[in-house]
Amino acid sequence: MTASRTAPVPHEGPLLSVRNVDIGYRTGRRTLLTTVHDVSFDLHPGQSMALVGESGCGKTTLGLGLLRLLPRTGLVSAGEIRFRRKDGDTVDIRSMAKEDLRRFRWSEAAMVFQGAMNAFNPVLRIEDHFVDTFRAHETGRPRRRKEILEESAALLEMVRLDPARVLGSFPHELSGGMRQRSLIALALALEPQLLILDEPTTALDLLTQRAIVERLCELREALRFSMVFITHDLGLAAELADRVGTMYAGRLIETGTTRDIFHRSRHPYTSALIGSVPPVSGDLIVPESLPGSPPGPSSPLPGCSFAPRCGHAVDLCRERRPEPEVLHSRGDGLSHTVACLRSRELAAEGATRD
Amino acid sequence: MIDRSVPPTADPAPGTATNAASNPALLSLHGVHQVFPGPRGDVPAVAGVDLEVRPGKALCLVGESGCGKTTTARMAAGLAAPTRGSVLFRGRNIDAMDKKERSGFRRAVQYIHQDPYASLNPVRTVHSTVSAGLRRHRMVADRREARRVTAELLERVDLTPAEDFLDKYPHQMSGGQRQRVAIARALAMNPEVIIADESTSMLDVSIRVSLLNTLGRLRDELGVGFLFITHDLAVAKYFAWDGEIAVMYLGKVVERGPTPRVVNDPRHPYTKALISAVCEPDPDLARTRERVRLRDADIPDLTDLPPGCDFHPRCPVYAQGVCDTHRPPLVRDHDRLLACHVAGQG
Repeated sequence: MTASRTAPVPHEGPLLSVRNVDIGYRTGRRTLLTTVHDVSFDLHPGQSMALVGESGCGKTTLGLGLLRLLPRTGLVSAGEIRFRRKDGDTVDIRSMAKEDLRRFRWSEAAMVFQGAMNAFNPVLRIEDHFVDTFRAHETGRPRRRKEILEESAALLEMVRLDPARVLGSFPHELSGGMRQRSLIALALALEPQLLILDEPTTALDLLTQRAIVERLCELREALRFSMVFITHDLGLAAELADRVGTMYAGRLIETGTTRDIFHRSRHPYTSALIGSVPPVSGDLIVPESLPGSPPGPSSPLPGCSFAPRCGHAVDLCRERRPEPEVLHSRGDGLSHTVACLRSRELAAEGATRD
Repeated sequence: MIDRSVPPTADPAPGTATNAASNPALLSLHGVHQVFPGPRGDVPAVAGVDLEVRPGKALCLVGESGCGKTTTARMAAGLAAPTRGSVLFRGRNIDAMDKKERSGFRRAVQYIHQDPYASLNPVRTVHSTVSAGLRRHRMVADRREARRVTAELLERVDLTPAEDFLDKYPHQMSGGQRQRVAIARALAMNPEVIIADESTSMLDVSIRVSLLNTLGRLRDELGVGFLFITHDLAVAKYFAWDGEIAVMYLGKVVERGPTPRVVNDPRHPYTKALISAVCEPDPDLARTRERVRLRDADIPDLTDLPPGCDFHPRCPVYAQGVCDTHRPPLVRDHDRLLACHVAGQG
């Protein structure tokens, strides 16, 4: 373990600063279907942010777009993604050259993809994945395999896996939870400052999910990396995030601290989403249903995209698109921002969770 | 071990094991076993399970993957014959049924699968899928009646207006809409029992609640009995609040009782671990509550089960000399059935 891992990150503004980002997919030679619109947020060193929302609202596209990992047809078509590198320089990920981007990914910002079950190459042993990763980012003299394996073993121990059992195994020989933990260890191999996780616990059993959540908490405590994780599990967001951003139809419609979102959410969609998952402990709380589904990207609405499903929508909501408005300005990217024309009125009426 | 700041409501719901006599079981499993032969020896997927499904009530089977929930459900539906034990429908062993009785059983007990992307035939329209059973069981006279009945069924599962959906193909619909089609297909048979195997787990939370409410109406208004399989304890709690929860571990039921009792006052250390592992949608609750720490994170192999209690290698309250030598039987303990040497003493 090197010193940089435990050293506190100096506070000099955000690690990641996303401004007015649009992401789209090419559907023809000149046509671009924009699926993520005008997203802005800051992520400070050591912070963890959850992106929540229903499927198809652009969470994964945004996560991939941040590291320019979109499929060939995908494209960040507007905005800035500024990242403060290990050497202190700030770069716009959008304008990075290919080779620079290749070095940057994994060593400074790593991603744990959705469905860890399938993220490994099935014909390579786990140890080969580690060796390949380390070798691909080597700058000086190639390191000995033995040396790399020792470091890999230390990483696996951090996620409470037995390196003797795991390193020599093929992916199919490990359980889903073991594979997910191996993938997290691999993502942390080059000490990135940012880790993006797409649905890190989906499709895993309850006790396995719990183990992953605990490992992530411990690792964050020890290594102080920042985290953006995408989930549809609001419980996971409540537990693991410092901040939560709600996405709807490709827009970030509310961001705030985890307590802002869960106790004082000011967007009717966030409130409805939280109201639809009751807690397990305590008396029966009847969850609210949220009928309908989000509009598709090919049929954008002139006004607020949630208006057709919103119980509080008025005519103005269907005509004018709400811009994100800062409700409480706090430093370090902890402000509470909401994009709803009626948020103040509704809070006064007690209709949202305020 | 869990937050009990809200006092659990104690009344066991009617229809649970406490007043079984007034509400006889429609479908019951008696000591069913299912052993699959495997390359490394026999796999006892289900090892001696007793369950009853009563009209208008839900019985939720919860547990982790591989604990035998689906295998149990398949035996209950007559889709797999138990290697030992019996399945009774209205008191009649389904294995001893003649062709006509069997056909009646097939109609009365319907199965809704987990994955609405796989359970609907992609080349059939909604009308064709939903009306197939109606035609097969001669429940409609002609095409026009089939179409009318199908439309009514679609309305009942909130696919409205039905005319918009009748001629659609699965790929033209969302996951929630497809799952509603699967429910309409089950409903077409006027079922007395619905076996729902993780039927809401692939859907978004927003859709999940309205689908559970649709199923809840069938339970409350039509008196359909439910065997409801889920790994989501919040879903189990909501859907079976008036019914029962049975917790399965490695092919056996380890705790079973009225839902409010099991959820708010779990007694088996495995149930306690499951409930305390849930990520609660409340940041204060999520960060303050105590968690059960297991001694071992991994589930034992079904082909190489430990001696004594199956859970003892992971159990935080394991008592040496008892738990590792004797298997605890599932016995009545006040308000529930419990299989634990340690928790059962209190």
